[in-house]
Amino acid sequence: MKDEVDTREDRVANLKGMGCSRKRVEDARFTQGKGNYVDDIKLDGMLFGDFVRSPYAHARITSINTEAALKVPGVLAVLTAADLEPLGLHWMPTLAGDKQMVLADGKVLFQGQEVAFVVAEDRYAAADGIELVEVEYEELPVIVDPFEALQSDVVLREDLVGEDGSIPAGAHGPRKHHNHIFTWEAGDKAPTEEVIANAEVVAEESMYYHRTHPCPLETCGCVASMDKVNGKLTLWGTFQAPHAIRTVVSLISGIEEHNIRVISPDIGGGFGNKVGAYPGYVCSVVASIVTGKPVKWIEDRMDNLMTTAFARDYHMTGKISATKEGKITGLHCHVTADHGGFDACADPTKFPAGFMNICTGSYDIPTAFLEVDGVYTNKAPGGVSYRCSFRVTEAVYFIERMIEVLAIKLNMDAAELRRINFIKKEQFPYTAALGWEYDSGDYHTAWEKALTTVDYEGLRAEQAQRVEDFKAGKTRKLMGIGLSFFTEIVGAGPVKNCDILGLGMFDSCEIRIHPTGSAIARLGTISQGQGHATTFAQILASEIGLSADSITIEEGDTDTAPYGLGTYGSRSTPVAGAATAMAGRKIRAKAQMIAAYLLEVHDNDVEFDVDRFVVKGAPEKFKTMKEIAFAAYNQAIPGLEPGLEAVSYYDPPNMTYPFGAYVCVMDIDVDTGVPEIRRFYALDDCGTRINPMIIEGQVHGGLTEALAVALGQEIAYDDMGNVKTGTLMDFFLPTAWEVPNYETDFTVTPSPHHPIGAKGVGESPHVGGVPCFSNAVQDAFRPFGNTHTNMPHDHWRIWRTANELGLHD
Amino acid sequence: MIPAAFEYHRPQDMAGVLAVLEEHGDDARVMAGGHSLIPMMKLRMADVPHLIDLQDVGGLSDIAVDGASIRIGALVTQADIIDHQALAAAAPILREAALQIADPQVRYMGTVGGNVANGDPGNDMPGLMQCLDATFTLVGTGGERDVPARDFYEAAYMTAREDDEVLTAVTIPLPSGGYAYEKQKRKIGDYATAAAAVQITKSGGTCASAAIAMTNLSDTPIYSDAAGAALVGTTLDDAALKAAVAAMLNDIDPTEDNRGPIAFKKHVAGVILRRAIERAWSRA
Ligand SMILES: Cc1cc2nc3c(=O)[nH]c(=O)nc-3n(C[C@H](O)[C@H](O)[C@H](O)COP(=O)(O)OP(=O)(O)OC[C@H]3O[C@@H](n4cnc5c(N)ncnc54)[C@H](O)[C@@H]3O)c2cc1C
Repeated sequence: MKDEVDTREDRVANLKGMGCSRKRVEDARFTQGKGNYVDDIKLDGMLFGDFVRSPYAHARITSINTEAALKVPGVLAVLTAADLEPLGLHWMPTLAGDKQMVLADGKVLFQGQEVAFVVAEDRYAAADGIELVEVEYEELPVIVDPFEALQSDVVLREDLVGEDGSIPAGAHGPRKHHNHIFTWEAGDKAPTEEVIANAEVVAEESMYYHRTHPCPLETCGCVASMDKVNGKLTLWGTFQAPHAIRTVVSLISGIEEHNIRVISPDIGGGFGNKVGAYPGYVCSVVASIVTGKPVKWIEDRMDNLMTTAFARDYHMTGKISATKEGKITGLHCHVTADHGGFDACADPTKFPAGFMNICTGSYDIPTAFLEVDGVYTNKAPGGVSYRCSFRVTEAVYFIERMIEVLAIKLNMDAAELRRINFIKKEQFPYTAALGWEYDSGDYHTAWEKALTTVDYEGLRAEQAQRVEDFKAGKTRKLMGIGLSFFTEIVGAGPVKNCDILGLGMFDSCEIRIHPTGSAIARLGTISQGQGHATTFAQILASEIGLSADSITIEEGDTDTAPYGLGTYGSRSTPVAGAATAMAGRKIRAKAQMIAAYLLEVHDNDVEFDVDRFVVKGAPEKFKTMKEIAFAAYNQAIPGLEPGLEAVSYYDPPNMTYPFGAYVCVMDIDVDTGVPEIRRFYALDDCGTRINPMIIEGQVHGGLTEALAVALGQEIAYDDMGNVKTGTLMDFFLPTAWEVPNYETDFTVTPSPHHPIGAKGVGESPHVGGVPCFSNAVQDAFRPFGNTHTNMPHDHWRIWRTANELGLHD
Repeated sequence: MIPAAFEYHRPQDMAGVLAVLEEHGDDARVMAGGHSLIPMMKLRMADVPHLIDLQDVGGLSDIAVDGASIRIGALVTQADIIDHQALAAAAPILREAALQIADPQVRYMGTVGGNVANGDPGNDMPGLMQCLDATFTLVGTGGERDVPARDFYEAAYMTAREDDEVLTAVTIPLPSGGYAYEKQKRKIGDYATAAAAVQITKSGGTCASAAIAMTNLSDTPIYSDAAGAALVGTTLDDAALKAAVAAMLNDIDPTEDNRGPIAFKKHVAGVILRRAIERAWSRA
């Protein structure tokens, strides 16, 4: 029996370490409805707060009357800006260096803006109270178009204009106009313009990446509980970055950080929506201090869609130049970025347009220039992301569309155009024209594998036949082949250039090994469905030789977890995963000394083997990690402290650069505009693969969100600034019915600087998926003269394309 | 999304229902499956101080098929319609349409009575019932009366039903010939961008009768007499189809919404109708 268990293969299998498709340990509670989300928290005497929200997108508030509301049975208080002002909390800093109203201070800047906070014994009384708060508005001209905003005399942010009408600089430098936020540049302007002016071939295109929303299953919310006896504030919430929230709460409230405990319980999806700080958090804290009772605030679906962090809203104009043979020589990109009423992005301080400067993509483009103008409009603030690390989705969409547009101009196959411009394997590490140093890649191998698997040549032949049949009146369906090759940039990031509000973007892991050989590890990150408790245990299992099943992973409680910047931008594995491996290695180093002592040999005479240290050359002499753990606590070892613990704070030397090759085959009904996805192939290279099953799940989820964004999901406004898509009736969330069967595949190019070579995968499918779906739609119409149409490609917009191309009789 | 406070009534019989309706007038409303009414209440677009739940009222959940007609109780759910074998044999268009309504969860709750009484132009069953020339039975304090589906709808949420009347049953003459319910929607659970209900009979090689109704293309369902008439006596050649589509387009009056502008809706309405007619003809 013992022999059987002891084969090396068995020992590796028992570890359930890296590379193993271990089932998610979280799912037992999630699939049984036993998760513990913020709204599941119920405390004695807990009150409920909710907002009166503005029906107008731009208006002055002339009066607020709370009398009738206060008479509703169960309503205890109604907070307005006037109540917060003495505390200095009627405004709060945003993560982007701007400030934002907590409650409307004299005016509102977007529909749904928080105007008053009604605190009641339960949410029903709060809802009735909200109805009775009388707010008088004086409507102001509404601007929903950023180009108009930059021309308009209407001042959206009076607080950012001097008494004399001057326009003081913002957090990111000089501002050109009162509705302008920043200009951000990367690359070389004059050389790029010169290359393009003298190029053999230039393709130009303007594209709008529409505003959308991450729409996590669970909306945002919190419970604030101020204990007046001991002066401690506990704040449970849907926080993707609990430690950062603790620091921000301390800075704006003046409560000392040790007196604040922030807890992120189970989170039902984040996707960036839960990174920022929202008025609901501040109001709940104030209400708890005022009432002395715990206060809960939970958004409903409309609140979530209409007011919390949106994604995208980028107007992009590009020029790409090439030789007649298709070798790209230069790229120029200008972006007008609609940030809404406040600049509440959550990008690293030095990157007000995130990592948009990854927009040279996977291609060896010698010269490039990027300029981004941020603009205020009467829309909700946010722009955080959506399963995208800091505008990478926009960047990849831009370059993957520009490649297609250039291919049309060159009358060339778009797969071939990519092939001749890819950065070559031997060029890595590769410094791109806009500054990033790509750590590793093997694009050609991935591309060939993808094209071969889908039989690209065969698909093109079939498509050509389809066009013939269409022209001959034999079919009304066109066929589109969508290609995309993306390079992601994740794992923010090196503290030397990545911070948010001055907080460095390292991350951390602290490990305690228990005497009987099990362990607990705590991290500065927080899972929102990514399966951290499963994968981080696997990393540790491989590093320290204890089974993943014997390792508890804990995150999200700032009183117990080490400081970290949280989970977004696919940073958990690149940063906290690295910290985990490094902390594990510290454990192993001590374990090695203990093993050597126990085996009575020199430290260097033992070596690690799966789950034990063995004497070199004498594998029958060994001490298992379990034995070592016990000895660490219970045996006096000369020169060594008792115990077996380690902590690591990891500041990554570089970002990681996952990449992938996607192909989508689509049939489009020209008469109804209905697209049908026949095939979707996704090859992802995320470096070392920790848990292939979790990777596959992440890819399926990300592709489904990408499908949604490309084919219909949007936050649309009318001219009056009314949100037209504020419920799930109109905001497109695909179900199993709309989702095709995904074929997943992979190559493995480990990150050279990451301790285990892993790169992060959560966002790749979204980043690469959106252009792939979009390119499929556009490709179907290419034979009829289409170069570009904007997303979302819903039925009527696809129909419109067909109509404009004269395909309806 | 929390409704205003309301009183909940759950009478055990129709007399109890009518008594509450009489007492509270238009402050009272009946609820069947609640899958149109409750969302409206949560959005505070419907204010219902007295909500009368019909679930305990007996005798409203039966499906009866005899040689001449079909009678469907108001509380029969959309799921019941899908599951009922005799009904599927007698009027297969009912199942074809019900399968395109909402999603399974909604269909377990949503009723035929609620769907046709609601008066929302997006509901699929009103047009379907007009196509099938159904009759709605209404009961009020003043007694019982029958109203043809084709005369029932006046405007969005406005029907021939009086506030104090309850719809108890839908009666459909046994349909014959070929049928089709064709619906374009953006996703599962969505109301129609355009939908067409078609029932056609064939005699020799030509069309003997045709009933055509369209959904979500006006503020009421549209029964297009002219579209049906354009097919009768033809072999359903291209000219006849074009004439039917043109006649239908003359009768509808779509508005722009998130599904798209008017021109798109009209175009799709034509395509959908054409497909429905072709499918119905192939089954006739
Ligand atoms: C997500 C979702 C998607 C949907 N998609 C579709 C769709 O694609 N197509 C579609 O047709 N429907 C759709 N529906 C609506 C659904 O079919 C409803 O169930 C149906 O419209 C109403 O039936 P109900 O029994 O739920 O009625 P209720 O909601 O209970 O009532 C609706 C209205 O009718 C009145 N009423 C109900 N019963 C009677 C009666 N017997 N006599 C008099 N008045 C009565 C009520 O007072 C109320 O005004 C959808 C609903 C949801 C939630």
